[in-house]
Amino acid sequence: MIQLNQPSIRPVQDPEVAAESGMKAHMACHDFSFFYGDNQAVKNVTLDFPSYQVTAIIGPSGCGKSTLLRSINRMNDLIPGSRTSGTMLFDGQEIYGPRLDVVTLRRRIGMVFQKPNPFPKSIFNNIAYGRRLHNHLDKGELQATVETSLKRAGLWEEVKDRLDDNALSLSGGQQQRLCIARALAVDPEILLMDEPTSALDPRATARIEDLIAELRGRYTIIIVTHNMQQAARVSDFTAFLYEGNLIEYGQTARMFTKPSEKRTEDYMTGRFG
Amino acid sequence: MNLGSRKLFDHSLTGISIMAIILMTLSLLVLLTPIFSRGLGAFIFRGTSEFRRLSLEQFNRGEPREIADEIRIVSAARRPVYEMLSAFEDELEGMDPSRRQGYRAQLKEIKSLLREMLGPLPGELEAVMLRQQYGQTRWDRAQVKLQRLLFSEQWDYSDTRSMGKKVLVPRQRSFAGTRLEPLFPYLKNNLGKMLRPRLVFYWRFLTDISMDSHFFGGIWPEILGTFYLTLGAMLFAIPFGIIAAIYLSEFAAGGRLVSLLRVCISTLAGVPSIVFGLFGLAFFINTLHLSSSKSVLAGSATLALLILPTIIRASEEALKAVPHTYKEAALSLGASPLRMVLTVLLPAALPGILTGIIISMGRAAGETAPIIFTAAVSVGQPLKLWETLSQPTPALPWNIYNLATEHQAVDEIRHVQYGMVLTLVLLVLLLNLAAILIRARISKKMRG
Repeated sequence: MIQLNQPSIRPVQDPEVAAESGMKAHMACHDFSFFYGDNQAVKNVTLDFPSYQVTAIIGPSGCGKSTLLRSINRMNDLIPGSRTSGTMLFDGQEIYGPRLDVVTLRRRIGMVFQKPNPFPKSIFNNIAYGRRLHNHLDKGELQATVETSLKRAGLWEEVKDRLDDNALSLSGGQQQRLCIARALAVDPEILLMDEPTSALDPRATARIEDLIAELRGRYTIIIVTHNMQQAARVSDFTAFLYEGNLIEYGQTARMFTKPSEKRTEDYMTGRFG
Repeated sequence: MNLGSRKLFDHSLTGISIMAIILMTLSLLVLLTPIFSRGLGAFIFRGTSEFRRLSLEQFNRGEPREIADEIRIVSAARRPVYEMLSAFEDELEGMDPSRRQGYRAQLKEIKSLLREMLGPLPGELEAVMLRQQYGQTRWDRAQVKLQRLLFSEQWDYSDTRSMGKKVLVPRQRSFAGTRLEPLFPYLKNNLGKMLRPRLVFYWRFLTDISMDSHFFGGIWPEILGTFYLTLGAMLFAIPFGIIAAIYLSEFAAGGRLVSLLRVCISTLAGVPSIVFGLFGLAFFINTLHLSSSKSVLAGSATLALLILPTIIRASEEALKAVPHTYKEAALSLGASPLRMVLTVLLPAALPGILTGIIISMGRAAGETAPIIFTAAVSVGQPLKLWETLSQPTPALPWNIYNLATEHQAVDEIRHVQYGMVLTLVLLVLLLNLAAILIRARISKKMRG
């Protein structure tokens, strides 16, 4: 098993190899499709996300990458007229099964959104929000959780003296790291990131990318990104989606040097997208 | 369009807008100036010795010894008036009957005016009504009476081609040569000594009960009644309104039934208030028997129905205006939809919801028609809290209407009516101001 406090463990060559080496993927989809009404946005995707690794989903706009990501914690439930087919498994449990508790699922699968979306509350209350939902903690435990989460998100030093300030008074990059800390505070196993740096300037982006590198090994991270350099920098595995189809999936290093599919190569070299 | 004509067009638009704003401001001033100036007359006026006597005897206010001294002084000043009256009555006995008849009628009128001005004449029986036991408490009213005593109104029909003209004839002329003749100059010159007007600031107008159907005292029962009615309406309307708004904005699927519901709510907001009043009577009192007759409870429920659509719409808009990202953030952290609404959505929508609530509060406080049949009476005592379940109450809007139209002596108590109008306008103004302040405060807190 992977030790949580050893983020440097990187034994994997390929997803198949990962499975063989005992790294059970606890997030997997098989023949998964997602429909907005009649429009099939994700088409029969089969994909295993290796545990404690960073998987990037790339592809041109409208290729269904965000939809696939948001299907994992069922955020698409909010959209009227949507439905799914195929299976999406989390620890062997069907996510779209009738007996699944969405609240528990979302507690175990954290999410960071495209635009920083802290609540209009104090920094402390933002981080404590998720914890308060799930456990009744006393003040000391809550404070410890807030501190740990902020430290993990690399924000503690910047905000430790102003925890009671409104979270919206932080800069955009700080807000996004706050959102990551908020997601980490409920101890998720998987962290979904939906283009987390698209609204940030290059410096803040670099800071978030460093953070992703620090979190690798502790959480299974699935990140959707527009930016191929970013995928190359932060991810261990990359999935390329095009028009809802999974075109190619493999180790990032190989994908970016020797893509086996023509379309992947075309996209990466900027011929379309 | 060339540059010149475009500029001209722009300027003319600006001109029209400025004109419109000036016109609006002027009409607002025209409306508010009399409300303020005459409404203040209920609080600040020149009170006579009768006012101080009344305050002492009815409300136990003032220094008894000082007032006794004052009564002695004004009685001394009034004595010649009564002496002249009795001398004239003696003189009447000796007149021939036809002359006597004419004087008798006039004397009766003069005596009644004197009573209204100075209180009961000496030697008369104790009057039953409070207004007959005291003279004029307000100097402005006393002067009106003086005017009517000094001049009698007559109609001049000498010009047959036009309508009759009103002319004022000094009474002194008709009493020339009698022993009553000196009464008129005496009254004119000495009324101040008989009533001793002093400027008073009668702030207790707000907290005094009314006496003898608003002839004296204040408007506390009306203020309290308005307070109860508004509070009751809020107690009914706020929970229902917010829950309905949450349902409509968050949980209702976009079906045909929900659209129908929305149309109904909008329609309900446009129903005339008198219809709500009649409905309240028919439903809450005659069907549900909330109370055997009019009561604050029935009135509050009716007012609640009236403001419910406003609260629902305002809250729904406020909830919808909350960024979608807040909801997503809460849900992604594992909040159940209800928890998400309670912990994120409602707090974020609070400024908008509060604004809607306070504006409806102003509306509920000021509505007349819904409470005519369900809650309001023209005269009443301040209610205890538990009495609101079964008792009707006076209330500011209804009593303004009542004093203006149905009171037996509308002219005598104009100042009370204006005082009520001012109080109500200030109340609604304050509520709206509170709405603006609370909204600004919460928004600022949320913006960080």
